[in-house]
Amino acid sequence: MLQYDLVIIGGGPAGLAAADSAREMGVQSILILERENKLGGILNQCIHTGFGLHTFREELTGPEYAARYIDKIRQKEIEYKVSAMVIDITRDKQVTIMEKGTGLVTIQAKVIVLAMGCRERPRGALNIPGYRPAGIYSAGTAQYFVNIDGIMPGKEIVILGSGDIGLIMARRLTLEGAKVKCVAEIMPKSGGLQRNIVQCLEDFGIPLKLSHTVTYIHGKERIEGVTLSKVDANLEPVPGTEEFVPCDTLLLSVGLIPENELTRKLEVPMDEKTKGPVVTPEMETALPGVFACGNVVHVHDLVDHVSQEAKKAGENAARYILEEKT
Amino acid sequence: MYDAIIIGAGVIGAAVARELSRYQCSILVLEKGEDVCVGTSKANSALVHAGFDAKSGSMKAKYNVRGSLMMEELCRKLDVPYERNGALVLAFSQEETETLVRLKRQGEENGVKDLAILEKEQLGKKDPDLSKEAVAALYAPTAALVCPFLLTIALAENANVNGCEFLFEKEVTHIQKAGEGYEVKVSSPANPGRQESYLGKNIINCAGLYSDKLHNMVSKKSYQITPVKGEYCLLDKSEGTSVSSTLFKVPGKMGKGVLVTRTVHGNILLGPTAESISDKEETATSKEGLKRVLMDTKHTIPDLNTGMVITSFAGLRAHERNGDFIIGEAEDAPCFFDAIGIESPGLSAAPAIGMALAEMVAEKNNYPKKERFQEERKGITAFAALSPAEKEAIVKEKPAYGNMICRCEMITEGEILEAIHRPLGAKSLDGLKRRVRTGMGRCQGGFCTPRLVEILEREWGISKLLLTKTGGNSRLLTDENR
Repeated sequence: MLQYDLVIIGGGPAGLAAADSAREMGVQSILILERENKLGGILNQCIHTGFGLHTFREELTGPEYAARYIDKIRQKEIEYKVSAMVIDITRDKQVTIMEKGTGLVTIQAKVIVLAMGCRERPRGALNIPGYRPAGIYSAGTAQYFVNIDGIMPGKEIVILGSGDIGLIMARRLTLEGAKVKCVAEIMPKSGGLQRNIVQCLEDFGIPLKLSHTVTYIHGKERIEGVTLSKVDANLEPVPGTEEFVPCDTLLLSVGLIPENELTRKLEVPMDEKTKGPVVTPEMETALPGVFACGNVVHVHDLVDHVSQEAKKAGENAARYILEEKT
Repeated sequence: MYDAIIIGAGVIGAAVARELSRYQCSILVLEKGEDVCVGTSKANSALVHAGFDAKSGSMKAKYNVRGSLMMEELCRKLDVPYERNGALVLAFSQEETETLVRLKRQGEENGVKDLAILEKEQLGKKDPDLSKEAVAALYAPTAALVCPFLLTIALAENANVNGCEFLFEKEVTHIQKAGEGYEVKVSSPANPGRQESYLGKNIINCAGLYSDKLHNMVSKKSYQITPVKGEYCLLDKSEGTSVSSTLFKVPGKMGKGVLVTRTVHGNILLGPTAESISDKEETATSKEGLKRVLMDTKHTIPDLNTGMVITSFAGLRAHERNGDFIIGEAEDAPCFFDAIGIESPGLSAAPAIGMALAEMVAEKNNYPKKERFQEERKGITAFAALSPAEKEAIVKEKPAYGNMICRCEMITEGEILEAIHRPLGAKSLDGLKRRVRTGMGRCQGGFCTPRLVEILEREWGISKLLLTKTGGNSRLLTDENR
């Protein structure tokens, strides 16, 4: 069995910053586990700018921001595995991974940092009535198609939810020649960053329809349109306000959920509100020696905040290891 | 000329195909969709009913009870998930309790074994999450869960291995008597203007919602199918532990009412509603329907977390106006065999209907049995269910099993390749989903969709731009970037 002092689950911005700070504190034996085939996490598909204003005092793209940290990891010769998905984790800190080309590997850790990030809420959670045709994607899935695969999910787009990924995709798809009909937001106010509303919608003349939601999906094979309705103060659709908007694609940007399937296996208390584990100010979960940071704890607006929080988690994980040794 | 043409590759068509492939005859299955199991068979309660609901003496009663008795062994032979979990019909009043007694008597007359009435105290012990308002229940221990996708796929695959041909995207437009048999004309969505025709000595009509239309092309005794829509909600697996038995309420006029059940895969399924509609393609959910499903469920299990819905869908039952299955040779069209009006309990009855129709066809034509019939089939490897040592071994032999594609359901590339390269393999995103559950988990394909598209493109050698969700015009992507 492999043995490491510190095993970090997730090679996105949180995992990278935690690894970097733990090494700064003097931890030698560190392993980062990343399920994708490269480090960087979701930043790799975020090719727009706006990252790093706090951390580096300059505006970087997602891949550039990730590269700053990946360079540090390489310089410090911190070990990592990519295409390595954690499939099991136990309370005595054994981590089982499935590594492409190798198979199952079990690792004994002294300390674990959970940095698995978050995922998008799917359509099901909204329970939108209508058909279930092709052409309905979460904004992040569409972002992967356009930015990684170079392929368009559609030409006439309605976006439901004004989360930041949705706003960013409204601009991105417009730049690629698609017509973004509108962004519908059920709340009276957008949850996205103000700068994204200005730079991604207003600058391109894309309407933001507040207090509106999709109440029906039309089209049996490929989506042909949606019914948009105004909602009242209780977020219930107002009869008589229905409007048919033709489209061939519906993108959903309706929130992010911390990805805590592994955390649950550790049976640590979870915070019902944030959907992440309950953590101390030192970013430690209720299980001593298991820390958590980044979007797995709660969804952050800015990657800079993730990096800061992860730095703290990495430092405290290092203290835990170093104190135990002395 | 084929000895037999089966129209429709739902669970009934696939069951007939498999049973008929025991005999020495040539068989062709024509299916309108791009895959097996794309109509009514894919959207139902996924249950093997015990058989107490149907009126004694009806075809429904006969085939339900027989099919339910055959299902376990069939699923074992075909390596299909099946679980006998039992069912409870809950009564909430004295009047409803009397109905339970009647249902029990009816079930016993139909030949259902081990039915029992449970009193309130026994109920609480059986399922502690049950509503405290339930006063009694009918318990049917022989009721079970089955995966309708995998059952249909397994039946079809096994029929194919035993020599039965399948053609997809072939919609039957005309059937007429031609010499000793029938001429079946089809159109194909891939080649709209082009008509093709196939000759069959025997026709077996398993066309679900359209079985009336096909029958009426050759017979003067006409039938009429009305689609009855049923809406469902599927909950996350995290809610899967709160229910063990399938829970029904005392049935009303429009069927068995909204039920709560586990699926063989561990999700909770709620539904269906029952609404007669006119459009046989209207598989859309409605606001009212979904609301009713969630509300009615609260009555059965007050504490169920209905906020954990991961998807909702609607299925259409093929209801014939006389309310019973029609199974057998048409009176005035020799060698034209029907399976009409196969609504619930059609899935439960499928093994028995398949066997009965195959026997009728074989007997009528004196087809002898084949010397060799491959009656077993091994399912796709379920990687997540393997032991650590087995996992290790399979990854060593085939590295694709070491590449996790669907995180929620833990599906590896190896399983996806199996789903594509088996007989009648998956060509679309939904085809994969029905075979290996990719995209069926809590993220609903958010992560794995681009990876699945890449694998389908590579393995079938067709451009991403031509790949579909489920055949026809359900293209997934539209253009290259500019």
